[in-house]
Amino acid sequence: MSEPIVWLTIFILSVFVGIEVISKVSSTLHTPLMSGANAIHGIILLGAILVTGGTENNVALVVGLIAIVLAAINMVGGFVVTDRMLQMFTRKKPAPKKDGSA
Amino acid sequence: MPTWIQLVFLVCGVCFILALKGLSGPKTARNGNLLGAAAAVVACAVPFFWTELDLQHVPLILAAIAVGTVIGVFGAQKVQMTQMPQMVALFNGVGGGAAALVALLELQEHGDSFDWFPLAATAFTIVVGAVSFAGSVVTFAKLQELMTSRPVVFPGLPVAFGGSFLAAVVLSVLLVDDQQMWVGIVLGLLGLVIGLLLVLPVGGADVPIVISLLNAFTGLTVAAGGYVLSNTVLLIAGTLVGASGTFLTLLMANAMGRSVANILFGALKGGSTLGGGEASDRPVRSAGPEDVAILLGYAERVIIVPGYGLAVAQAQHTLRELVDVLIERGTKVDYAIHPVAGRMPGHMNVLLAEAQVPYEQLIEMDEINGDFKNADVVLVVGANDVVNPAAKTSPGAPIYGMPILNADEAKQVIFMKRSMRPGFAGIENELLFDPKTTLLFGDAKDSLGKLLNAVKAQ
Repeated sequence: MSEPIVWLTIFILSVFVGIEVISKVSSTLHTPLMSGANAIHGIILLGAILVTGGTENNVALVVGLIAIVLAAINMVGGFVVTDRMLQMFTRKKPAPKKDGSA
Repeated sequence: MPTWIQLVFLVCGVCFILALKGLSGPKTARNGNLLGAAAAVVACAVPFFWTELDLQHVPLILAAIAVGTVIGVFGAQKVQMTQMPQMVALFNGVGGGAAALVALLELQEHGDSFDWFPLAATAFTIVVGAVSFAGSVVTFAKLQELMTSRPVVFPGLPVAFGGSFLAAVVLSVLLVDDQQMWVGIVLGLLGLVIGLLLVLPVGGADVPIVISLLNAFTGLTVAAGGYVLSNTVLLIAGTLVGASGTFLTLLMANAMGRSVANILFGALKGGSTLGGGEASDRPVRSAGPEDVAILLGYAERVIIVPGYGLAVAQAQHTLRELVDVLIERGTKVDYAIHPVAGRMPGHMNVLLAEAQVPYEQLIEMDEINGDFKNADVVLVVGANDVVNPAAKTSPGAPIYGMPILNADEAKQVIFMKRSMRPGFAGIENELLFDPKTTLLFGDAKDSLGKLLNAVKAQ
């Protein structure tokens, strides 16, 4: 199998998997799901590191470092903010516990 | 590439699939997100342990990662839940920008050795990454109200849009033919222009759909970037996000009863999607907190319709207290959650969960809509467009076709509003002038506090 075909195979299968895994999501979770998916494409950080670490050109180095900063904001910020949102969904009924204080 | 690295990337790719799977179920969502984060960290650590690669500039790279991490964590921790949509937009935009820069660098470093297909993928990454960046900045500005949230349309916009799109296609072909650096840079600038022109005509209420779409765009650029770099994990993760993001965009548009094409290009077709946006001076019936408290006191069935205004006033906690008091007295109270209540689908659930409203009291639109006719009182707090009957009755309205909550079927409707200004979609709400409607003017938090005291005093 030639190499471009291998890449195309991975791409097409990933498309189907991507649709299939989220097809049953309830609208309640649309926002966190969007935010989590947003964080996942922050993986471009890996690409930015690889490109920056391979350059000898000073201008390219600066541009690469900017790309790394941007990608890290996307990835780290994305996962943290998603977790903050989801934390609120999982906090289960603290209200009945502190009945006395009300 | 050594086999162990390929295997690590494969495992990371699988983790991203499981992460998305987890994120789409309420019980597994948090673990799914953490799994995705772990996989991302592992994948990004690989270059530092990949000896054959001989990574240069390691201290600088680590410093740049640290800077980005600090900014990201700070932003994510500080942002208020009401401002979540614009934060997601911003994170998405910088990701798109990073992808475009990576593609430009790859063109500069290895462009000479590229075949036509990788060059086409490079051009795609540069343009769409830039579109995503510029578009996200505009959505951020719109939602943060740094600029008007109304559609911005000027004569010649369709021509400018079409022209830049065509130019981008032509330059992409040129780049494939002869890999000049300047062509890549111009492509990036064109991408910025296209992104700007794409989002400017979109009205504020539709911006969330655009965020989701741009999110999918960034996913696809990362996938294309992965192909250019011959990196499987980038290809898999990017494609997953591109595919699921596109699907999610369609789901969201569906929940609003709109088509994506209509959202993006509706404003270009003419003035019909623009609302008045001004306060009306038609007569309405308004009342004080005490009168409303009496209405609530007699009611056996109450449905609350919360909207973005509630969250802006930070009144969720007061509302929850009021509901607790009513429930204690034997009134049956639920919250009716419109799919796009707040600024994004599911946003209202997040906002109410923050105020510790029990999950069981939040009822989705399809489930509760048949119940409105049994409700004695519907209390609309800071919402407007989601109960606007114009969505059903006036075909010219920008929200026409959007499924709404049938608040108009209840026996009494109470609107808590700050002013007579229309909602985010910029159109007047006939329900406000209905004889069974009572308005309680004032800041939502302040009014709810007074209402709570009045109910307690009964």
